[in-house]
Amino acid sequence: MSEAAAARDAAPSPDSAATAAAAPTAAIADAPPSMLGALVQALRADPGAAAGCLVILLFALAALLAPWIAPYDPTSQNIARAMQGPSAAYWLGTDEFGRDLLSRIIHGARPALLVGVFSVVVSVAIGVPIGMLAGYHMGWIDRVVGWGVDIMLALPSLLFALMIVALLGPSTGVLVVAIGISHVPIFVRLARGSTLVVRGLEYVSQARSFGASDFHILRRHVLPNIVGPLIIMATLSIAGAIREEASLSFLGLGVQAPQPSWGNLIRDGVAEVLEAPQLAILPGIALTLAVLAFNMVGDALRDMLDPRDLTAATSKKH
Amino acid sequence: MWSYALKRLLSAVVIMWAVATLVFLAMRIIPADPAEVVLGDQASQEALAAFRARTGLDRPLLAQYLDFFAGVVHGDLGRSLITNAPIAEQIWAVFPYTLSLAFASLAVGTLIGVPLGVWTAVRRGGWIDFLGRIFALTGFSFPAFYLGIVLLLIFSVWLGWTPIIHSIRGGGWHEHLGKLVLPALSLGLIQAAYITRLTRSAMLEALGQDWVRTAYAKGLPDRVVYYKHVLRNIMIPVVTAMGLYTGTILGGAVLTETVFNRPGLGKLLVGAIAQRDYTLIQSGLMVFAFIILLVNLLVDLSYALFDPRVKYE
Repeated sequence: MSEAAAARDAAPSPDSAATAAAAPTAAIADAPPSMLGALVQALRADPGAAAGCLVILLFALAALLAPWIAPYDPTSQNIARAMQGPSAAYWLGTDEFGRDLLSRIIHGARPALLVGVFSVVVSVAIGVPIGMLAGYHMGWIDRVVGWGVDIMLALPSLLFALMIVALLGPSTGVLVVAIGISHVPIFVRLARGSTLVVRGLEYVSQARSFGASDFHILRRHVLPNIVGPLIIMATLSIAGAIREEASLSFLGLGVQAPQPSWGNLIRDGVAEVLEAPQLAILPGIALTLAVLAFNMVGDALRDMLDPRDLTAATSKKH
Repeated sequence: MWSYALKRLLSAVVIMWAVATLVFLAMRIIPADPAEVVLGDQASQEALAAFRARTGLDRPLLAQYLDFFAGVVHGDLGRSLITNAPIAEQIWAVFPYTLSLAFASLAVGTLIGVPLGVWTAVRRGGWIDFLGRIFALTGFSFPAFYLGIVLLLIFSVWLGWTPIIHSIRGGGWHEHLGKLVLPALSLGLIQAAYITRLTRSAMLEALGQDWVRTAYAKGLPDRVVYYKHVLRNIMIPVVTAMGLYTGTILGGAVLTETVFNRPGLGKLLVGAIAQRDYTLIQSGLMVFAFIILLVNLLVDLSYALFDPRVKYE
């Protein structure tokens, strides 16, 4: 092992006391080493977050096991059984083509979670390295990235995604890319801001003085310390992405019929809202529950990893 | 102040130019040929060539770009690929509807969100805080278009209090106002949830400051401390975040207008996307970006109103 490599390995770990001493970075530096540990603590402290996790787990299971647990094929039509109310055979009733609503809602979890999770993967994969580079190097890279972010933020994420769908045509893959790209500025800003804080800390300067490369510092020392806020934002972004997938599908620009998605189920249900309101209401409840669950877990993680709000709150006499 | 305003204005103009360029280029890299999209697969080569000549699509990209910008500078946004109608006129015709929806929903959001945010913060840990937080979290998670459908179902279909048909043709101001209530509520309640969260969080942070303790030490009552001292101090972060939230409001307006079949910029844009009217999509997106940049500029310049210490130096 070269001296430089040995020195890099000997550099203080991100969780060392030096890190914790930096007051402004309390949220980052005090982050527990294990995200799983943080999650377990958050769940114990917050029953709402535990309920959120349970709902996410149920939806994830529904999405994974949809072909086996859905009572009927979600796309099979039978006009003879159209517009039936809830019954023992069709728990939530049927739509205007005789398709089982429960089966369609269960299958609707698939595009929701798929687009929700993978679009955030796209946002993180693009946004985090760019934000880290901008925050670490500053200078012209930071300025160029700042302009890019300002330009993207001039269009709301839903409209940005709409533009991409208008260009490429609606499909699940396009949704992942469109929503993913539209959320990139959020992660660029977050990663940049967090990196800016961490780059000034002693252990980073020390690693630099030992000859560690920028790539090594960013990967080994910066990234582990900004991962907490990123996970919080990713959780909240999944909620936003699920909502946007449903919104685009509701507009007819997302998942295309006959494949069910909660958004296109709501759109189809609106046409029958006078006769069978459950066709629009029930998929909407599934959608709201999923978004709510991710928001609750994100909030719990934020409370867990960002003590500033709590500090301010506990110092108040009321 | 003026030099700061000029600097911010210049920066907004540069970003607007960049957004317009991005949207222009995006519409030119589409895999499909707009002429074929509009005229269909069966169109003859002559018809396609005539269409391209009429719309200027046969000209070099740079010439199209310069023409486009010359038009924008003069307020000419070009013509619709489908109807050949002037786009600026179409946008002007529906703009007041989106504007009234945005303002009405902002009013609903602020009138509910700010007092609720203050109330939940000062009663932290109590049942009001608990209910307020549930409202904020649920409202934050409710998709605007779904809330619109639920409100329509409850107030129009079941209770019959508001009209089911929200498309606006003619009618007096009271009819317009009546048809604004549900769309404004569906968008406004979601904003209220957001503003509640924001105000509560900013309020909690402010309540821990020394100057609040000083205000109490002077013997000021709670009401004066909350509304005269603390609220004024938290308005900058709250108004900034509300400015940044303009985009989300406009995004929500796209959906709300579709749910209520209400004319507006959003509905125009969705219709243009469905018809692949690329020139209209391009101009619609630009107008949205323009509004967002203008609001953020005004928010930045309004800081002095809320905090006299801001000198813009």
